[in-house]
Amino acid sequence: MHDIVAKVRSQETLSADYRCLVIEAPAIARAAQPGQFVHLRVSGLETSALRRPFSIYRAEGDLLFLLYKTVGRGTEQLNRLRAGDTFALMGPLGNGFPLDTGGRTPILVAGGYGVAPLAFLASRIPARGLVLIGGRTAADILCEDDFTARGWEVRTATLDGSRGENGLVTLPLDNWLAAHPASPAVFFACGPYGMLRAVAERAASVLAPGWVSLDKHMVCGVGACLACVQRMRRPDGATWIARVCRDGPVFPAAEVVWEEPK
Amino acid sequence: MSARPDLAIDLAGIRMKNPVTVASGTFGYGKEYAHLVDLRALGAVTVKGIRLQPWEGNALPRHVEVPGGMVNAIGLQGPGVVGFIRDYLPFLRETGVPVIVNIWGTSQDEYAEVAARLSDVEGVAGLEVNISCPNVKEGGASFGADPRTVAALVAAVRQRTRLPLIPKLAPNVPSIKPFAQAAADAGADALSLINTIPAMVIDIETRRPVLANQVGGLSGPAIHPVAVKLVWDAAQAVRIPIIAMGGISGPEQAIEFLIAGAAAVAVGTATFSDPGTVLRVIAGIEAYLVRHRMTSVRELTGSVRI
Ligand SMILES: Cc1cc2nc3c(=O)[nH]c(=O)nc-3n(C[C@H](O)[C@H](O)[C@H](O)COP(=O)(O)OP(=O)(O)OC[C@H]3O[C@@H](n4cnc5c(N)ncnc54)[C@H](O)[C@@H]3O)c2cc1C
Ligand SMILES: Cc1cc2nc3c(=O)[nH]c(=O)nc-3n(C[C@H](O)[C@H](O)[C@H](O)COP(=O)(O)O)c2cc1C
Ligand code: FES
Repeated sequence: MHDIVAKVRSQETLSADYRCLVIEAPAIARAAQPGQFVHLRVSGLETSALRRPFSIYRAEGDLLFLLYKTVGRGTEQLNRLRAGDTFALMGPLGNGFPLDTGGRTPILVAGGYGVAPLAFLASRIPARGLVLIGGRTAADILCEDDFTARGWEVRTATLDGSRGENGLVTLPLDNWLAAHPASPAVFFACGPYGMLRAVAERAASVLAPGWVSLDKHMVCGVGACLACVQRMRRPDGATWIARVCRDGPVFPAAEVVWEEPK
Repeated sequence: MSARPDLAIDLAGIRMKNPVTVASGTFGYGKEYAHLVDLRALGAVTVKGIRLQPWEGNALPRHVEVPGGMVNAIGLQGPGVVGFIRDYLPFLRETGVPVIVNIWGTSQDEYAEVAARLSDVEGVAGLEVNISCPNVKEGGASFGADPRTVAALVAAVRQRTRLPLIPKLAPNVPSIKPFAQAAADAGADALSLINTIPAMVIDIETRRPVLANQVGGLSGPAIHPVAVKLVWDAAQAVRIPIIAMGGISGPEQAIEFLIAGAAAVAVGTATFSDPGTVLRVIAGIEAYLVRHRMTSVRELTGSVRI
């Protein structure tokens, strides 16, 4: 793990809300594994501002790619970054997805920017399978080409029906599961908490392993402050409190003790 | 060329190579930051609060960013004294850095028992007694709210340990002096101040408190001037050394604390945004001493010109 000064190579606007930031961060890029994240000190915010966590979207040579949605004052500042700008960057942090699918068909389930670590995963695992991408509208469906170019099958769903099926991403998931009752699958998911929980339920119902990447608000990013905890249950039944930043963000879906929505 | 200034201090028997530690709860148990910060460079490592049994802490959200810092209500999650000694102390002992363990409980007996357990093992240099955490319903701040309960608690813990005892005082009192004096008279070897300041943040759209615990404690640059005043007040009231914390984000605030009367300082919230802060503070204090032709950091303590 490193804390370095990263330099912006370029920034590309993908849609009104989404951008791809390309940065020079050799030590981090070379060590990065799919599912890991970086903790970014946003230049332009006050020095006491907390860092912001972002999944690693791609790593090629010395370059690191982040894909982010503009949602608040930190990501708004990121919009202003230009080639040559610098900021402090810590990473790679956390534990990523396992790369061995054990002969099972990988099913990747993404919600919104949750597609970022899954695109990285799809580029690093030898197996091919299905990708399901969900979002509110067509503008939230990203990275389709990343997957199709590598031979993955992509299906989409939007809440307003503007792209793919009309509904939650679990709709195409359930359809696929109904059509392939006998094929052993392994699930990889990243997106909103409710979506991850729904995927975990599907994985359990078809007795398939699953991996979920949790998104919790973070402070330190290294396991020191205990801001980002999630209750877990080991296979032997013992419960423990995981730090999403250090013990995750990727966890076995069956071990997460899901919280009830408020 | 003149010799390098002497940064070492003896803080109530804790021999620190420099007067800089980290604030409890902001540096885990040392291990979490060991990739980024050479722990041996620190004067001491102060770990997250420990009580007798493992403790789960509060529901999420446990923190929120605010201008000038953050408000947290972690709620003292921890592995308990046995878990700490088994899982975390060996790593710290290996580094050789003095370890200050922050302790808490929900009764005098619990505090005393935790202190006793930690006194029986190798590798603990001192005990910081948290009587000022705003984030747990029982224990913590309830002991720190009255000089008499402070005195009784410190005396009870004193009976069970010979380790240097460092009560950590609450900032939200009308005057810090009677609290500092009560702790010193009851056998404290040093004082820590300040803990976070009770605070609340409300989401105006939902009209609900942001933190699950509803209220929390403010830390970061916003509280620094408050802390300087309290350290200055306390330093005038007692002769025992003071570890000062609250809003240090670079050497300047640390030096200010020393001038106000602190013997040592702790870097807290700043580590989250820049883990290198604590090392910058150490280097900056040394550079300041050189620039002001001082031979020892001890000359700086309490040197405020009034
Ligand atoms: C492991 C991990 C990976 C992530 N990967 C990505 C990614 O690849 N692309 C992307 O667009 N976003 C990602 N996020 C979410 C991203 O961190 C937030 O959108 C971002 O911090 C918002 O900052 P802001 O200042 O714009 O928003 P504000 O709402 O102004 O932020 C206020 C505070 O809340 C925190 N916060 C707000 N929303 C989130 C959130 N959803 N998750 C965590 N913290 C939040 C901020 O970090 C900050 O401390 C990830 C989060 C985690 C935990
Ligand atoms: C996330 C967090 C956790 C903390 N945990 C503890 C704790 O366990 N025990 C304690 O005595 N103080 C705790 N504190 C208080 C700090 O040690 C320190 O007194 C306070 O944050 C002021 O310093 P700062 O402004 O430099 O952070 C915590 C503070 C933060 C921000
Ligand atoms: S963000 Fe600090 S423990 Fe996870």
